[in-house]
Amino acid sequence: MDYEVVIGLEIHVELATKSKIFCGCTTEFGGEVNTHCCPVCTSMPGTLPVMNEKAVEFAVKAGLAMNCEIAEFSKMDRKNYFYPDLPKAYQISQFDLPICKGGYVDIDINGKMKRIGITRIHIEEDAGKLIHDPHGKGSLVDYNRCGVPLIEIVSEPDMSSPEEARKYFEKVRSILQYTGVSDCRMQEGSIRADVNLSLRPAGSTKLGTRTEMKNLNSFRSVFNAAESEIKRQSGILRQGGRVGQETRRWDDDAGKSFPMRNKEEAHDYRYFPEPDLVPIILTKERIDAYRESLPELPWKRFARYTEEMGIPGYDAGIITASVKTSDFFEEAVKYGADAKTAANWIMGDLMRLMNDAGTEDIPFGGKMLAELADLIGQGRISNNIAKTVLSEMFATGGTPSFIVKEKGLEVVSDRDELARIVDKVISHNKKSVEDYMGGKEKAMGFLMGQVMRETGGKANPTMVKAMLADGLKKAMEP
Amino acid sequence: MKITEETVEYVAGLARLLLSADEKKMMSDQMGDILEYMDKLNSLDTRDILPMEHLERASNVFREDSVVKSFDRDKILANAPDKEEGAFKVPRIVD
Repeated sequence: MDYEVVIGLEIHVELATKSKIFCGCTTEFGGEVNTHCCPVCTSMPGTLPVMNEKAVEFAVKAGLAMNCEIAEFSKMDRKNYFYPDLPKAYQISQFDLPICKGGYVDIDINGKMKRIGITRIHIEEDAGKLIHDPHGKGSLVDYNRCGVPLIEIVSEPDMSSPEEARKYFEKVRSILQYTGVSDCRMQEGSIRADVNLSLRPAGSTKLGTRTEMKNLNSFRSVFNAAESEIKRQSGILRQGGRVGQETRRWDDDAGKSFPMRNKEEAHDYRYFPEPDLVPIILTKERIDAYRESLPELPWKRFARYTEEMGIPGYDAGIITASVKTSDFFEEAVKYGADAKTAANWIMGDLMRLMNDAGTEDIPFGGKMLAELADLIGQGRISNNIAKTVLSEMFATGGTPSFIVKEKGLEVVSDRDELARIVDKVISHNKKSVEDYMGGKEKAMGFLMGQVMRETGGKANPTMVKAMLADGLKKAMEP
Repeated sequence: MKITEETVEYVAGLARLLLSADEKKMMSDQMGDILEYMDKLNSLDTRDILPMEHLERASNVFREDSVVKSFDRDKILANAPDKEEGAFKVPRIVD
């Protein structure tokens, strides 16, 4: 029997606020264990939470960018469970009246658009971190992350392959970065996904039993975890077995998932309205003001790049995938770089440098790329030398003109110096000169190459060509 | 509405409470009474009454997103029954 895959994602995102959701402790990543804590975020008796307004703003902006309906009335609720990562023994979250509902995100699957529904987005607080005691006697708890504001974005079960799940995750991350809602640093766990997956006989409309895989923090692990879970579930079903509803932990290194011991007897969280926090009421004016303040989103930029700037769709897709790259491109163009030239540099050398360094950050602004392109345009450096300059810019953050000057990379246009080198090359390469005289035009290319080698690639090619032609003509005369 | 002892045990388990046989009986009676009262409320006609989503009548109490100094770790850990390397220490947790 053939099975159909049904995937839904729950994405947790730490918001880019400076302070925690209910207190003024910093949200900065890292820091010594338990040094970003106060009585509120460690739940000391008698403390009261106060909502960070910026967290509400970010949640609404995320919702607007994902085409959600924003609730004019929403409230916080208590989700009760005992686990030492939450010292209150409950998490402040939202239950029946989330701040955003019913949106969607469009993803591109082999050139075709697929719409993935967003069920809801709600605000909640992050939990602390358990460090397993190396001596094995107990667990250690660090509450630095406890109380960092989160939104949870719950999708409809609209994805039907691991590839779609990955694309959706990428798209959501990109939108969150564009809107400035989160920095989405994956290695710091500031965005992570739970994958809900089930199989059903092809053509059936009834959902099968699903499993949930928690805390996947890379695009690759979402893809791999989904793929592995499809194999596991279809294996069980093909043997006539039944998939059990459970939570599983994905082990990236082992490349497989393991059942998690049940934290709580069933998921009985006994939600009730949080009495310590008052409801959030958003007027239409306020929601509109948030909408107005949204930056231009990736699909709009994509359209502008392809339609107005003549950038190929493939390139525009890659450049707009990350707000950092896209902003960089915009800046380069703003400072006078030709759009296509800038796109080519980004798609080629810059992406390679970023990949090699394993970073999404470009250590200099787009203005610097414009300056580099200008140096080429003025004929002050060659294209090849520009590649060297770019690597140097990436490594040191130096400006192109500084690097060119410092390393003496400027094109040699000094007629006397070039004449000296051309003469030298002609007298040292008798064989090629004879070949050229014998009608082998190709020998010219070789001689050009020799001049370039002598000058470290810096010779002005137009001048060299003319001078070589001159020199050879002279050599041919008796 | 009757609350069985199994329900009491289940709820007590969720709340990490250990109840004696007498206490279970008392709880099942009291919880039953509460739910019975709810049934009474359900008999009222509330068609024209807006649902009360929250007890609090105020709304939009916010703080500005600004960082204030956190507490010294020693103070945060002062009342911890057990600690190690700057962390709270709890019985071993296995996933």
